[in-house]
Amino acid sequence: MAQVAITAERLDLEALTTELVREARGDGAVATFTGLVRDHNQGRNVCFLEYEAYEPLAVRALHRIVDEARATWPDVRLGLHHRIGRLEIGEASIVIVAVSPHRSDAFAACRYAIERVKQIVPIWKREHFEGGDVWLEGATADPDDENARQAAQRIACA
Amino acid sequence: MRVTIRLFARLRDLAGAAELVREVPDHATVQTVWNALKSEMPSLVEYERTMSVAVNAEYSRMGAAVHEGDEVAFLPPVSGG
Repeated sequence: MAQVAITAERLDLEALTTELVREARGDGAVATFTGLVRDHNQGRNVCFLEYEAYEPLAVRALHRIVDEARATWPDVRLGLHHRIGRLEIGEASIVIVAVSPHRSDAFAACRYAIERVKQIVPIWKREHFEGGDVWLEGATADPDDENARQAAQRIACA
Repeated sequence: MRVTIRLFARLRDLAGAAELVREVPDHATVQTVWNALKSEMPSLVEYERTMSVAVNAEYSRMGAAVHEGDEVAFLPPVSGG
C-alpha cells in the first residue's frame, strides 16, 4: 500500500495503519485523523459531496507534505490517503496516520498534515445540498508560501 | 506552438471544458496563455487573483516559460480534506 494516494476507492484506515506500524519496534504512538462528509455546512443541508483532484500534482503535493513533516519530526512516519469522486454523508474523505516513538510528535505531524492538505493539495469539493450545488473554495495553493506553512506548524504545535 | 490547458472545478465549469488545446506564440509564458484564455472566456477573469498555476503537473508562476506540448493548468483555490 502506497504511503500517499488519491483514490476513488473507499479508504481503509486500518490497512494504512497496519502498513505503517509493520516494522514499528521503536515506535510507541500512532495518531490518526479521519475526515468525514458532514450532513450540514454553512446552514445548508448537504446531500453528498463530489471530490475532484489534479491527480499527478495532488500526489506530488502529498509527498511534499510527507517530506516537510519529516524535516520537522524526523522520527515520524506519515501516511495520507485522499478519496475522490462521489462521497455520501458519513463516508471518509481523507485518512492520515502518523507513527512515532512518542505521542507528541505523532499528534503534531498528523495535525500538520491535514492543515497542509487544506493549503496546498489540488483537490476540490462540490457540495450538493438541498436546492443546488456549489464548489467550495479555500486557500490559494502556494507551496512556497512560508507564512502559510508556518501557520500550519503553529497550529500543529499548539 | 501548441499547449494543452487544463481547468478544474469551477474554472472548468465556467469554461465548459476540462481540457483545451491552443496555439500560443513562441517564447510564451503562463501569463501569455492565461491572457489568451481570458480574452476568449472573460468569465474566467474572476479567478485571476486567487488561482494557482501549474506547468506539467508542477506548481509554477505566471512568469514561467512554456514550451511546445506543455500542459498548463489553472487551479481555483483548493478545498480538499
